[in-house]
Amino acid sequence: MGEAIVVTSGKGGVGKTTTSANLGTALALLGKKVCMVDTDIGLRNLDVVMGLENRIIYDLVDVIEGRCRLAQALIKDKRFDELYLLPAAQTKDKDAVSPDAIKEMILQLKQDFEFVIIDCPAGIEQGFRNAIAGADRAIVVTTPENAAVRDADRVIGLLEANKIFGSKLIVNRIRFNMMKKGDMLDIDEICSVLSIDLLGIVPDDEYVIKAAHSGEPTVMNPVSRAAIAYRNIARRILGDSVPLMVLEDKKSFFKKIKRFFGVG
Amino acid sequence: MAAVKHLVTIKGVKDGLVFLLDDACDYDGLLKELQHKLEKTHQRILTGPIIHVHVKLGKRQVSDEQKKEIRRLMGLSGNLLIQSIESEVSSENANHSTNGNLKVMKGIVRSGQVIHHEGNLLFLGDINPGGAISCSGDLMIMGSLRGVAHAGSSGNEEAIIAASHLKPTQLRIAGVISRPPDEWGIEEAFMEFAYLKENTMEIDKIAHLQRIRPGSYEFKLMQT
Repeated sequence: MGEAIVVTSGKGGVGKTTTSANLGTALALLGKKVCMVDTDIGLRNLDVVMGLENRIIYDLVDVIEGRCRLAQALIKDKRFDELYLLPAAQTKDKDAVSPDAIKEMILQLKQDFEFVIIDCPAGIEQGFRNAIAGADRAIVVTTPENAAVRDADRVIGLLEANKIFGSKLIVNRIRFNMMKKGDMLDIDEICSVLSIDLLGIVPDDEYVIKAAHSGEPTVMNPVSRAAIAYRNIARRILGDSVPLMVLEDKKSFFKKIKRFFGVG
Repeated sequence: MAAVKHLVTIKGVKDGLVFLLDDACDYDGLLKELQHKLEKTHQRILTGPIIHVHVKLGKRQVSDEQKKEIRRLMGLSGNLLIQSIESEVSSENANHSTNGNLKVMKGIVRSGQVIHHEGNLLFLGDINPGGAISCSGDLMIMGSLRGVAHAGSSGNEEAIIAASHLKPTQLRIAGVISRPPDEWGIEEAFMEFAYLKENTMEIDKIAHLQRIRPGSYEFKLMQT
């Protein structure tokens, strides 16, 4: 029986889909059998980011409404044999499915896959409730902005209300030089407000934009710092203790890393 | 029959009658006896000219609802005119906020979450921006207060808000709203509390609390 992890944030545009795509790919890279599920019905993106858009025949709504079997809707990734994508429907909207139906489907996926990564839509309405219905754990993505942190906080509260505890945090799109100057929210500050475990930090990286443009997950590019960050996060999901990325400013960071991963 | 303690004692004074109501018994029993006395045993005072009445409740603190009930009962007998209903306020309990229980809660109040309690509240944990906590008495927070806090929510201007880390989005005491820190001029506040001084929000060190709001709490842990 695998594990279902929902990637959520509340706020839009913080990088949920990018994170889902990269974590799914990174886990596959580490030899895991992974299925990515896009629950953003009506605004599907995950397939585009993965470069699999032209392979879609059936989608999530087709599965739930019984027009096809689950296995028929799964799209095998072009790079990895053990990486699959279940795309969302583009023509319907969030109300087309119920949380119970999604839960049932995720349960079925967990029989065959080690990891089921659920990409959650922005917002806290029906789409959010659908996405978290089948999840065992949650990864909350935020950026170093007040608005994103506020929404992440709200989402963590909602996850807890739905009995999903122990959510992990990814701080995305960090610009270290700005953070150092105090022009951006500090990671320590974000962690102290949200008070959940930090799973990883991802620097703002041009490669991510390039990758999304070409439909290749960033993680495939070993030169990119964001790729390394995502790979590290994947390893942490598997239970390895990998230190946080250390950039320009070493001192205060290092202490925090140690504290978060029990190294010192 | 053994001597039954009267719950309601009626005394005549110069300008009318004084009803002394026992403050230790159960409130419903008190009302029952009051009704009994008015309707059965003391009918004679119900006839005749208008009599001014003062009701003294002893140390019992009653709500407006309960006062209304007393007025209703008295009103049934046409000639009683209630002048006052008052509780004896001992100097120690003069401050309503220092009187009564302290409820202890813990957790994190996250954005979009709201916590309310009737009475004094000790909260162990953080109140995040976008979250709100309120109570009708004093509000004490062991943790960071970054959201909205409202003490004395039913109008108690004596209420205070104390926090280990006082950095709220907004503070409210009774009907007064304050928007820190631009109104206070403090950057980081540790172990401080907010109170009302002539209808303006003031901030001071927690060590000065006893000077400003003397009294103590009765610590009684309640079940959540």
